[in-house]
Amino acid sequence: MEIYHQRRGTALLVTMRGELDLLTAPVFRTQVDQELETYERLSNLILDLSKVDFIDSSGLGAILGRYKRIRERGGKLLLVNAQPQVQKILELSGLDKIMPLFPDAERALEHL
Amino acid sequence: MSAARNYMRMEFPNLPENVAFARTTVAVFASQLDFTLDELDEIKVATSEAVSNTVIHAYGKDTGQVVLCCQIFPDRLEVEVADEGVGIEDVDKALEPAYTTVPEERMGLGLVFINEYMDILSIHSQPGQGTKVHMVKYVKAPKPDGV
Repeated sequence: MEIYHQRRGTALLVTMRGELDLLTAPVFRTQVDQELETYERLSNLILDLSKVDFIDSSGLGAILGRYKRIRERGGKLLLVNAQPQVQKILELSGLDKIMPLFPDAERALEHL
Repeated sequence: MSAARNYMRMEFPNLPENVAFARTTVAVFASQLDFTLDELDEIKVATSEAVSNTVIHAYGKDTGQVVLCCQIFPDRLEVEVADEGVGIEDVDKALEPAYTTVPEERMGLGLVFINEYMDILSIHSQPGQGTKVHMVKYVKAPKPDGV
């Protein structure tokens, strides 16, 4: 799992590449939480899932945990460009109901 | 009852590093049958959940052994993930959506995903006696002519 992040105003844009599971979810959690702790102005989180080719309930749990943190700051967590198999898992879990999915990061940023 | 056409068995410690190894191995093995790519993805998710459960629940903070067996029949794949860990107190409860004994960032959806993606899920477990998760997925795609 490779994770890249950049700050765009009040949003932290996180791009992941690889598989988000029991092994890699803690890496994602640690990196995002460090950014949120360092930059208090960050109140929104955009996760670009276009290069995530596998996710299971451990990965979803890590995303849900970040959602709760962002909600505490009064912000939004938006998802970008999930692959079909990832999108299906998001729908099965119901996370798609609380985390809107956008076709690209720019459109997600416009939604904030 | 037909005999298995092919089978494999492997043992590994319940380490997070082995979850991806297990699901990839099972998916490659399953590809001997006429599963679609979507179905192979579903098998990967189901295996990942079953093996992840052995890492999270089976042995507490200790490391223990996981035995993964796969059998290929003409019409189906059977996967069994077994541990000799603490077992499950109430299997019916464990199957309920959002039920988890480890609330910290766990969604309690692992068995829900297995139920959704596999055709049969059965769990044999007793406290202190370990757990066996048995999963079956049938081949739905028509076989090519002459096979």
